[in-house]
Amino acid sequence: MQFSFLLEQVVNGLVLGGYYLLIALGLSLIFSVGGIVNLAHGAFYALGAYASVELTQYLGFGPAVVLSPVAVALLGILFERFILRRFYTADPILSLLVTFGLALVTEQAIRIVWGAAPLSAAIPPAFRGSIFVGDFLFSRYRLLILGVVAAVLLGVWLLLHKTSFGRVVRAGIQRPDMVAALGIRLQPYMTAIVMLGVGMAALGGAFFAPISIVHPAMGAEIITVAFVVVVIGGLGSFWGVVIAALLVGVVRGITIHFAPAAGEASIYVLMFLVLMVRPRGLLGERIEKFE
Amino acid sequence: MIRYSRRKFLHDSAIIAGLSTIGCPSIVRAQSDKLKIGHLTPLTGFLGAIGGYAQLGVKLAAEEINAAGGVMGRQIDLISEDSVNPATASTKAQRMFEQDGAAVLLGEISSASSLTIMQVAERNKKVFFSTGARSDALRGKSCNRYSFHCDIPNTVMVNAVGTALLAKGMVKGKKFVTLTADYIFGHDLLKAAKLFFDANGANLIGDEMIATDVTDFSPYLLKIRQAKPDVVCCNLAGNQVTNLVKQYAEFGFPYPLVGFNLNTGDAWAAGEGNLSGIWPTVWYHTLANAGSKAFVAAFEKKYNKPPENHAWIEYVSLKMLAQAINETKSTDTEKLIGYFEKQTEFDILKDRKAYFRAWDHQLVQEAYPFTVKAKGDMKDKWDMLVLGDAVPAAGAPLESIYPTKAQNPCEMKV
Repeated sequence: MQFSFLLEQVVNGLVLGGYYLLIALGLSLIFSVGGIVNLAHGAFYALGAYASVELTQYLGFGPAVVLSPVAVALLGILFERFILRRFYTADPILSLLVTFGLALVTEQAIRIVWGAAPLSAAIPPAFRGSIFVGDFLFSRYRLLILGVVAAVLLGVWLLLHKTSFGRVVRAGIQRPDMVAALGIRLQPYMTAIVMLGVGMAALGGAFFAPISIVHPAMGAEIITVAFVVVVIGGLGSFWGVVIAALLVGVVRGITIHFAPAAGEASIYVLMFLVLMVRPRGLLGERIEKFE
Repeated sequence: MIRYSRRKFLHDSAIIAGLSTIGCPSIVRAQSDKLKIGHLTPLTGFLGAIGGYAQLGVKLAAEEINAAGGVMGRQIDLISEDSVNPATASTKAQRMFEQDGAAVLLGEISSASSLTIMQVAERNKKVFFSTGARSDALRGKSCNRYSFHCDIPNTVMVNAVGTALLAKGMVKGKKFVTLTADYIFGHDLLKAAKLFFDANGANLIGDEMIATDVTDFSPYLLKIRQAKPDVVCCNLAGNQVTNLVKQYAEFGFPYPLVGFNLNTGDAWAAGEGNLSGIWPTVWYHTLANAGSKAFVAAFEKKYNKPPENHAWIEYVSLKMLAQAINETKSTDTEKLIGYFEKQTEFDILKDRKAYFRAWDHQLVQEAYPFTVKAKGDMKDKWDMLVLGDAVPAAGAPLESIYPTKAQNPCEMKV
């Protein structure tokens, strides 16, 4: 009995990890290609949640979770074109400062537009409640999120590994100078990567709005976990981030099962242990520009 | 050398002279004339959502007092800031007394932050109205004679909900699992809850401490299902409550969810159709007395939404302070303490008047259990709660639901 309870936590942790993945994958891509730690990533997550709650009132849940990431991705174009682009070759501390500043500005802007009080959002009735799959209990809504994450993951993997777009991006991560020597401008690719990254963050926000509190500081809360996932997974590695996200979800679930008080600390302990053994993260590759 | 024509020189100096006669003296006079009052409340972090309402409430009160002529003929200059965390709260409180020259301080929701401000008030020998902190310990072993407690303490919330639960036969012989906020407030509330469970034959089979920054409750929800309780009891605070309520509805468990702490802001944030069960509250905007209705109307006019219970408590607290300063014609700490310790009665927009109990400085007032309205019966998205009868019942003395001296002893050093 005890074992099946534990297994249930593992499965639930995998589902939660999938959701972390939506936010962490974009963060990792932007860092890998542009060399920028986007501290404003959480702000796009929050904007995604707010936009989706707002749109749900007029269009219903389905269109809202599709449109809000698209809208945020479009915002990502402006973000890349007018802010990030100036910092690719600059001292990393500058891009840290500017994205951190942007995160604060966005949080305050949300407070001005929507107020400090949280918005309320509800799960669409069709996805309420839980179902049993074998012995395991699942919330219907989280299964829906899991399905969406799997689809997004497949899409991103195909994009990066089976298209010419993906080849340029992967080459750009390893040897941007060589890509430039071949006469390919990386900038449009970077714009697309930022759109994809912040769009995924917004998708995460849109899907998590009905089951967690929608308030101005929600972006700051998620960015820490996403950053831990990226560090554990290792830079430049698609599967590294995937494995790390799932691992973080599972480790947290198991820790809460045995020692609830350590639940939130467990992911940092995990990060510490991984970095002790593998300083570049689980599947991190040796990337010249970051050495 | 810069050439400066005589004409321009005269012109410029005339402007400066003109400005100094109209501008500066009036600014100087305004500064010396205003009565500074400090206000601290969390605007960020897990209590930030309800702290936002607190700030709206206190600002409205200051405006109304100033419009009616101020206190002792002086306008109130309200300095309202984010208290952030216990350490920052204490630093800011010290600064407000020392540098800003605040006469009194009010505010706070977090019991941990309130505790540090209480110590600052004691050091500076100034009055502090702890408006929204609910931990019993602040009124008990940590009490001091400069601090006054406006919100209902944990024991009252347990008694308010407990009475309603007993009436529904949901206590005796029932298996409870509790989820508790892991800081002074939660520990305190769990202690009060355990006393209630023990006294009424309930069986506590599980008890989880939850860090204040937890947003995902799914691992805890799985543990609840594994424990198979009869009732799940929420002793959480702020954003924790909203997240739990949303995710509890998501999983759709059959076990009723009740709780010994809830602020209406958390209920509103949880959204329609997510909340159920029996909870306590200190005030709700549908209370049907004239004072309450006038306050709700003024608040809605200014902010286009109804006041939350923290907006109400800051509002009545500043009004009580203003009344005390006006009647004693003084901001002297000893005179103010004397005025409150006389157990002066205040109209706090409830049916029965309230007073500060002399021995522990607790504002003794009514409380209410509530249940949740069916979706079809709601007039608007704010109209979520059905208030039960005020506790204690009409005939009983107000103090009967508050901890006694023996239960929560307080010794104030003079």
